[in-house]
Amino acid sequence: MSVIVAENISKRYIIDHKNQRSGGTIRDWFSDTSKRLFSGGKKDRLLESKEEFWALKDVNFEIEQGDRVGIVGHNGAGKSTLLKVLSRITEPTTGRVNISGRVASLLEVGTGFHPELTGRENIYLNGAVLGMTQHEIKKSFDAIVDFAGVERFLDTPVKRYSSGMYVRLGFAIAAHLEPEILIVDEVLAVGDAEFQKKSLGKMRDVSESGRTILFVSHNLTAVQSLCNKAFYFEKGQLLEQGDTTHIVSTYLSRVSRKSLEHVWDDLSRAPGTNEVRLKSLRLLPDYQDNLSHIDVRTPMRLACEFWNYEDNTTLNLSMHLYAYTGECIFNVGTKAKSFSKGLVEAVCEIPGNFLNDGSYVISLMVVKNTSEVLFSLEEAITFDIQDYREGVSWYGKWPGYIRPQLNFSISQTEPVPND
Amino acid sequence: MARNITIKAGGSAKEYWLDLWEHRQLLWILSKRDISVRYKQTLLGVAWSVIRPLATMIVMTIAFSVVARLRPDTGVPYPLMVLGGITIWTFFSNTFVQISNSITLNSNLVAKVYFPRLIMPLSAVSVGLVDFLIAFVLYLLISVIGYGYLPSSNIVFLPFFLILTFITAFGFGLFFAAVNVRFRDIGQLIPFLMQVGIYACPIAYSSQMVADTWFYKYHLLNPVVSLVDGFRWCLLGNNAYFDHRSLYSTIIVSAVAMIFSISYFRKKESSFVDHL
Repeated sequence: MSVIVAENISKRYIIDHKNQRSGGTIRDWFSDTSKRLFSGGKKDRLLESKEEFWALKDVNFEIEQGDRVGIVGHNGAGKSTLLKVLSRITEPTTGRVNISGRVASLLEVGTGFHPELTGRENIYLNGAVLGMTQHEIKKSFDAIVDFAGVERFLDTPVKRYSSGMYVRLGFAIAAHLEPEILIVDEVLAVGDAEFQKKSLGKMRDVSESGRTILFVSHNLTAVQSLCNKAFYFEKGQLLEQGDTTHIVSTYLSRVSRKSLEHVWDDLSRAPGTNEVRLKSLRLLPDYQDNLSHIDVRTPMRLACEFWNYEDNTTLNLSMHLYAYTGECIFNVGTKAKSFSKGLVEAVCEIPGNFLNDGSYVISLMVVKNTSEVLFSLEEAITFDIQDYREGVSWYGKWPGYIRPQLNFSISQTEPVPND
Repeated sequence: MARNITIKAGGSAKEYWLDLWEHRQLLWILSKRDISVRYKQTLLGVAWSVIRPLATMIVMTIAFSVVARLRPDTGVPYPLMVLGGITIWTFFSNTFVQISNSITLNSNLVAKVYFPRLIMPLSAVSVGLVDFLIAFVLYLLISVIGYGYLPSSNIVFLPFFLILTFITAFGFGLFFAAVNVRFRDIGQLIPFLMQVGIYACPIAYSSQMVADTWFYKYHLLNPVVSLVDGFRWCLLGNNAYFDHRSLYSTIIVSAVAMIFSISYFRKKESSFVDHL
């Protein structure tokens, strides 16, 4: 049974380039109106400064009861707008959506919390804002307090709460909503690792109870573990929908594919000097499981070709790998060899199960006589490694820059004496 | 509560009013929130609802009765006339101002959850209502104990005037609430309007004093005049001046304002989120 049917929904925003200030004032309205009057109804001059922007364009889908749908896409792809339309915060410009069942949407943790009010008062307030009846809140009051771990501060105004407590309380209330359809936006990205684990666990319970969930998150690990279906949005359009693993992989490959290979056919444009000049630079992942994105298991080869213009030069290639935050993870170099004029190729193998998930940057240097840097290319290639886990029920960020699989054994050596 | 919802541009009116009814608990909770927040962080708490009208009464009595030598209606003590005027005017202006600001003050809710937006102006009334009740009790105490002036039998009409005051304030406030979202300078205009109102309405003076002037017919057009005069007439009896003709403008203006504002608000509310 389809619980949500969306037909051709589109949402248009008018961007006013002239009036960037928030709100707009009556003065602006008067001047616009008078311009319109005096230009004899010609609207074009006014429209010049306004631009249409389609946050959603002709989106169609059906969601079955019990589906857990993850929505992925870049920032500005229309994910949040879609959730806003489905939670009725904003109306679609065209099209319609039919929803059968009680909907609760959680676009923010602690919506409507009032800083002056106590934890207790805010539970009732926030619960009501999210659509719970007073009776339902009373029924789950203890469970909420327990989940959030704020017993001792129930009668303290929430403005005195730490940000962690605030978020925990907000999530706890939302977690005890019992709607048939739950719409969640990126709220799991808050709180510490322990709390994230707890809230993901709660989400999993909710999903296993047969309720329908729509879930937007940049935490693809969470999407993959929670959702059985996924929608991929780009530029306001629903580009693809289907099985989560497939959609996530499509999404990731579109994100990273473009920057993994550089080939300079036109020598005059290639980076380099009169002594050496790059021809090509490729990062070649050996994708696992028929996926088309790099995850922590994926072995990769970095292949670099360059032209050497001088005979009998001793050259070697040095490569730095940086984390996106700037720290150097390692620096490796080839052996130095003597080359004559011509094309030189260097290949570096980066094993799978070595780097942790994250974004990385590679820089290259061509070195002469093991000391003189002939040419260096900063940020030659940027790539992302996605998370992959097996047999773990923890979805927080795995710490560290590397994630090697070392031989780490564990076994029972002795039974408890006299047992 | 489970039912089918259709989301499309311009939803149906019937569904909207049904939704509003289903959210009545939220209305109650938001009202309670406003009241408890108002008295939470103040040193004197509820005392403010007593101090403010009392201080205004004293200042106005000195300024207009002692200094400017304005005369009250025959048989009515001047301070009592002023206090009655202030009590009903404060109710009107508080209600009006709070409704006008209700959407912008709750912008965080507008951006993150759905409920019929009419809940916000409706719940904004609560604080003004509580303040009025306190001020009203204060008025009765001063009237009976201070001046030995028992409320007249006209008091049976009091609910009528209070409801009319509410409708008038709501009709105007709702329009301003919707416009305030789009044009923030409305926020500047409202205190100014209230300041003009306190002199344009017969609060420190009696309507009788302007009854013979050339602008009396315009005075009667002011929809708040009958509210103030009527309120005093209920409490102070037939000694208080009350021209029944002033009621026509109030009823017509408030009915038109109410109908127009609700339809304007309904038309604009779906786009509030885009302007906040």
